[in-house]
Amino acid sequence: MKNSRAKWFVTGTLALSLITVLTGCGGTNNANSPATNNGSNTAAKGDIELLNVSYDPTRELYEAVNTKFAAYWKEQSGQNVKINQSHGGSGKQSRSVIDGLKADVVTLALGYDIDAIQSKGLIEEGWQQKYQDNSSPYTSTIAFLVRKGNPKGIKDWADLIKDDVKVVTPNPKTSGGARWNYLAAWGYASKQFNGDEAQIKAYMKSLFNNVETLDSGARASTTTFVERGLGDVLITWENEAYLSLKEFGEDKFEIIYPSISILAEPPVAVVDKNVDKNGTREVAEAYLEFLYTEEAQELEAQNFYRPRLASVLEKYKEQFPDIPMVNVDTDFGGWAEAQKTHFDDGGTFDEIYTKQ
Amino acid sequence: MKAAVKPAKGRSVLPGFGISMGFTVVYLSLIVIIPLAGIFIKTAGISWAEFWETATNARVVAAYKVSFLTSFAAASVNAVFGLLVAWVLVRYNFPGKRIIDGLVDLPFALPTAVAGIALTTIYSQNGWIGSLLEPLGVKVAFTPIGITIALMFIGLPFVVRTVQPVMQELDKEIEEASVILGANRFRTFTRVIFPELLPPLITGFALAFARGIGEYGSVVFISGNMPMKTEIAPLLIMSKLEQFDYVGATTIALVMLVISFVLLLFTNYLQWRSSRRMIKE
Repeated sequence: MKNSRAKWFVTGTLALSLITVLTGCGGTNNANSPATNNGSNTAAKGDIELLNVSYDPTRELYEAVNTKFAAYWKEQSGQNVKINQSHGGSGKQSRSVIDGLKADVVTLALGYDIDAIQSKGLIEEGWQQKYQDNSSPYTSTIAFLVRKGNPKGIKDWADLIKDDVKVVTPNPKTSGGARWNYLAAWGYASKQFNGDEAQIKAYMKSLFNNVETLDSGARASTTTFVERGLGDVLITWENEAYLSLKEFGEDKFEIIYPSISILAEPPVAVVDKNVDKNGTREVAEAYLEFLYTEEAQELEAQNFYRPRLASVLEKYKEQFPDIPMVNVDTDFGGWAEAQKTHFDDGGTFDEIYTKQ
Repeated sequence: MKAAVKPAKGRSVLPGFGISMGFTVVYLSLIVIIPLAGIFIKTAGISWAEFWETATNARVVAAYKVSFLTSFAAASVNAVFGLLVAWVLVRYNFPGKRIIDGLVDLPFALPTAVAGIALTTIYSQNGWIGSLLEPLGVKVAFTPIGITIALMFIGLPFVVRTVQPVMQELDKEIEEASVILGANRFRTFTRVIFPELLPPLITGFALAFARGIGEYGSVVFISGNMPMKTEIAPLLIMSKLEQFDYVGATTIALVMLVISFVLLLFTNYLQWRSSRRMIKE
């Protein structure tokens, strides 16, 4: 009996110490990483690491940019820089940073997601004025992807509400990209009906009636349309549409530009609190400025983002036709306002759905 | 002297209760109670009216319905077919039995998102099975049927794995006695075997049901996420988080937690009652 009691005791203590070790490890780990960062930084011109927290479709873009920037920074300062990437849904990424992911820079899909980080005091106010062009080194827009030959003859937003057209778009509640889609459609309807709200809502309602599945993210919608072959038209990012063409062949799909779309400005910002702690402010700021150089703009164009630099844009003008675009700031009163009116609970999107 | 006798009297046959109970409480607190208490604390910040408004919003109620009904349907189907699978695995010998036995656990191991994508591919209108069902007018993917199938997939092992060991332990002699006493096979099954299997079956059902309510990964792909129709409650929680509405998200989580807890208590009670009645008999 004594023996078995001892056995219980040992098992219990072992398990308890395991827990202590596990939790203890987590603690020291967290405490360590900034320290090592600091250390390597003060060890004059040693290696340095940056963490760029971004959204889903920019993975390929930043892989290309990071290599170029590392070479550029080495030349500038003699320092080796390693840039780590983190990708995911824009809102999810923003929450990770708020919850303590030690991002040095964030490059997200919406200003709203960076505003959320700012509201927690991690980023200083006025971040969007810190860099040129609203702190958005590249832009994008919303386009349609249709099947080759455009069997349903889809040319513009008006065609999307025809009875026999099935539309694929992600859910604006969970996807940043879907919010751009929604606002682009709204922008079209607003011009079409001279701002008559009842008519705009009627249009939006019939548009979403033609939607069969609201995937949770832009990439999931692409899969639905491209791989599962569902729907007649995919409303998506211009770069995502080009990527589908590149991946699956131009003999399968076509990109259609509607008569009016929206100017999407994915913004970038330095996470002030983290760079000050990590001692990475200098390199983080240089990294974001680098995105505006001709070298980087070229990479952005190659990855199907619209470059800001006129000379590069001119070079790629066939890829990026000039179409009229509405603007979140001037037409929707900025992201905070747009979010509140359209996507927050009780907003227009809910209205379209809950009042059937 | 009295003091010396007392502890000896209270000592249980199995030693180590003190430390193992202490460990259990600490462990459950760290892993379950403290994180869940966080949900209550987070929602404590809002007024009753706000809480009620979020919790009973038409869209949210529709989502609860989808979540609970599909989970219930899936768990029911699993109870029937899981029992059958367990029966086949325990009672018969056939080549490939080990492989089938291993297959049952696969839904546990597979990332649920992978399961969701695979199921959607197969059951969507252009998929292998979906294209066969389409002419019959049956749509699976992007309807509650699709959600139910995803939940059946992830819930199956719970039923099989809770019923299987009990079935293995069943006393052959009782069955033989029943047959000798003149009961036919069907009667033997319904009156002798089934009552023994009912308690684990209820447990398996409850586990599968509970798992289904909280399932997110496999369902978001196949459900189509249409508000009011195929939107599940966990998706609404995600969409609240996307709006940085932490309180709204935890409100829905809290409601689900309470409903799930009540349902689990109820099934536990059913299970307890059925096993007690069995012992009495």
